[in-house]
Amino acid sequence: MKTIKQKLIIPIIAIALVSVTACKDGSKNEPAAPMSNEMYQEPMDDKDDMSMSDNQDAKAEAILKDYFNLKDALVGDDNDKAKELGATLASTLGSFDASSYSDSEQQDLKDIMEDAIEHAEHISESDIAHQREHFKVLSKDVIDMVAITGTEMKLYEQFCPMYDGGTAWLSTKEEVRNPYYGSKMLTCGEVQREIN
Amino acid sequence: MKVVKIIAVVLLVAFVGIQFIPTTRNQSNMVPETDFMLVNNVPENIQNKLQVSCYDCHSNNTQYPWYNKVQPVAWFLEDHIKEGKAELNFNEWDSLSSRRKTSKLRSIINQIENGEMPLDSYTLIHRDAKFSEAEAEEIINWVTQLKDSL
Repeated sequence: MKTIKQKLIIPIIAIALVSVTACKDGSKNEPAAPMSNEMYQEPMDDKDDMSMSDNQDAKAEAILKDYFNLKDALVGDDNDKAKELGATLASTLGSFDASSYSDSEQQDLKDIMEDAIEHAEHISESDIAHQREHFKVLSKDVIDMVAITGTEMKLYEQFCPMYDGGTAWLSTKEEVRNPYYGSKMLTCGEVQREIN
Repeated sequence: MKVVKIIAVVLLVAFVGIQFIPTTRNQSNMVPETDFMLVNNVPENIQNKLQVSCYDCHSNNTQYPWYNKVQPVAWFLEDHIKEGKAELNFNEWDSLSSRRKTSKLRSIINQIENGEMPLDSYTLIHRDAKFSEAEAEEIINWVTQLKDSL
């Protein structure tokens, strides 16, 4: 036993020494590294991959359709389906064509889409509690979008006073089905406003 | 016994080996005009907390203690920084639309309230980055104020 230990001690010390000098060398080289790639940045609003989506000029109606599918998944407490539909919605939002609107409307719509895409993307990768947090802000974005684009559909803006200090969403039906609580409190809420 | 020693030596050699693989360092001497602290009137104690607890992964400049330069810790960190900055970069705060600022502030509040940020894996080593209950409340209150003022 002893002899084996002794035999091993020397190489281990040797390697340890190498490792110490290696670390030193590493830190000596440092100043060069940050110079060459200083301010490594992820472009925040680069959504190029989005424009590759199938539906090239999605209209507000297409966004609403995906939004309602997502809402129904949350009403049904279906985490996996909501993930899938969140991704679908993100891609539809990304291909929204705002060119027919005025300059100031285009700016507003661009802000809305950027924000909504982020929330839809988060929904596509979160647990259901998080999905609902993001759906709250996403709903505000979609409500603001409809205020600009209008829609052919008959919509109901509904409101649940209990969720996160009061939270709204859109539905195509007058009957309340709460996407923030699902089966826990399915009918919590009321119609606040009718659109069309 | 012998096998254990061979494994130990192999691991040691591997550990030494990976130190030579270069990593991207997230460092910058410049604080851009769009920085959160520059465009908002942030009280000093909140500034300090944000700097210590958030800026390592949510800005262009990470403070690297020695152990963050050792692999595999450095890889682990690099990944978190990349993800953290994509999510929120305090240095680029003012380039966001007010809609997205509100969105981000809401997320900050939620994440701190739920104890999701700062990450446990981060505060495990950076003990000073951890928020006490009182600190968390103080920050949440201040961020809520800022959000409501936008």
